[in-house]
Amino acid sequence: MDKVVSSVDEAIADIQDGAMIAIPGFFTCGVPRELLNALIRRGVKDLTLACGCGPLVGANDECTQLVNNGQIKKVIDSYGLSRSASKGMQDTFELAVRDGKIELEVFPMGTLAEKYRAGGAGIPAFYTPTGVGTVVEDCVVSSIKTKREKKETKVINGQKYILEYALRPDFAFIHAAVGDREGNLKYAKTARNFNHVMATAAKVTIAEIENLVEAGELPPDDVQTPGVYVHKVVKVPRPTFSIGIK
Amino acid sequence: MVIQESDNAAKKTKFQGLPREMIAMRVSREISDGMYVNLGIGIPTLVSDWIEGKDIALQAEIGMLKTGPIAYDENVNQDLINASCQPICELNGASYFDIVESFAMIRGGHIDIAVMGALQVNARGDYAGWLNPSRGMSVGNIGGSMDLCAGAKKLYIAMEHTTPKNELKIVNELSYPSTAAGKVNMIFTDLAVLEITPWGLLIKEIVAGLTLEDVQSVTEPKLIVSPDLKEIEF
Repeated sequence: MDKVVSSVDEAIADIQDGAMIAIPGFFTCGVPRELLNALIRRGVKDLTLACGCGPLVGANDECTQLVNNGQIKKVIDSYGLSRSASKGMQDTFELAVRDGKIELEVFPMGTLAEKYRAGGAGIPAFYTPTGVGTVVEDCVVSSIKTKREKKETKVINGQKYILEYALRPDFAFIHAAVGDREGNLKYAKTARNFNHVMATAAKVTIAEIENLVEAGELPPDDVQTPGVYVHKVVKVPRPTFSIGIK
Repeated sequence: MVIQESDNAAKKTKFQGLPREMIAMRVSREISDGMYVNLGIGIPTLVSDWIEGKDIALQAEIGMLKTGPIAYDENVNQDLINASCQPICELNGASYFDIVESFAMIRGGHIDIAVMGALQVNARGDYAGWLNPSRGMSVGNIGGSMDLCAGAKKLYIAMEHTTPKNELKIVNELSYPSTAAGKVNMIFTDLAVLEITPWGLLIKEIVAGLTLEDVQSVTEPKLIVSPDLKEIEF
C-alpha cells in the first residue's frame, strides 16, 4: 500500500470549507507546520482546529496568517492563549477571540487526550474525575453567554464524574520523524505528544514525515502509529524554529 | 490548639519572606527517594534545582518521565521540551510516551506528588490557578492542571503568601474560578508552611522573624496552630 503523495498541497486538496482538523503539537514541539502552511495556501474557511496543548501558540506565525485570512471559525484546546495577559492583548488570535470572530473552547488536557482516544477507539463517551467541582462541569467556551450548557455527571462508588464525549475530527495533520510508504510512523522524543492519538481519531489522517523510508526499513518493533490509521504521507524538510513561547 | 481571630478590615503589613528559590527548597524536602513528581509552572519548576542526589523521577505531561535539567547550546533539541516549553536534557532511565499514556498515569493515581502554583487557596483545599478574571475572558489556559489535581496522590501549592499588592491569596472563599475542589494537602509560601486538615488550616512552620499574628494578618481563614509550630527549616 503506497500512501505517498508528492506535496503537502496535494495531500490536503480534499479539505473543504467547514472541516474540523486535528492539530497536534505541544507548543512548538511536534507541530505539523508544513501542512499548516499548505492550509494557509489552500485558503479554505470556517475551519474548526481541534488542538491539544497550544500548537497555535507555538506556531504563532502560521496561526496569525490563518486568523488574518479569516479561515478559523473555532479552536478547541487546553492551552490556547498566550501565557501572559499583556502579551495576549497584542496577539492576533486572542484579539479575534475577544472580538467574538473566533470561538475558543477549552478542556483539561487529559480530557482532550481521552476525547481523541475515544474517538479513535469507537467509544462514544466516557466519565472522568477531572474538573469535578469546577466550571468544567458546565463548559468553558468564549461564547459562554449563548452556549452555557451543563454537562451530565454521575456518582460512581461515591465519587462524582463528568460525562465527556468523543471527538472525531474530519482530518488530522500529523508530524512524524520517520515514516514508511505504508504509513507506519515513529516520532522523536516529546514530539510524539498528541500526534499518535489524533492519527487514530480522524476520519482522514495526513502525515508529514521528515525521513520517509521504504516499507521494511522502519523496524516493526519501532512503529508507534501503525499504518492503518494513516491515509496519506508526504515528505517534508526537518523544520527549524526557536523553542519557547510568550 | 489556639484559634487566632483574623481581622481583615485592618490595614495589612506586607511582610518580607523567603525568596522563591527558598520556597522551592522547602518543598523539595517533602520529596523522598522513589517518588514520581510533576512540577507546575512558576515556583514549582524551581523545585527541580533542589533534587540533585535524590532518586526521584520528574514527569512532564507532554509525555516524558525523568526529565533532566534545562539544555543549553549544542544540547538543545527542538523535539525535547518540558511542559513549560523549555529545552531540556534526558536522564538515564528516561522514557517517552504519548499524551494518552501521560494522562492515564496522571489520572490513574501513579504520580505521588504534584506541585502547583496558585492565585488563591482556601482552608477546604480548593484552589484557583487557571483563570485570572482581570484578563476579562471566560476562557483561559487549563493545560494539565485539573487532571493533576484529580489524580496525584498529594497536591502541594507553592506560592507567595500574598500578591505583590499584598492582596490575600489564602482566603475563605475563592473569587477566581477553581482548578480543583478539596484537593490541596499542603501550602508552602514565603511566610509559612500550612496543612489542610478536616478541621481547617493548620500552621506548622513560620519564617524566622515573623509572629503568628503577622501570618494571621495576611491569611483570611482562622489558623489552627500546630502544637509543634516551629521556624521553617531547610
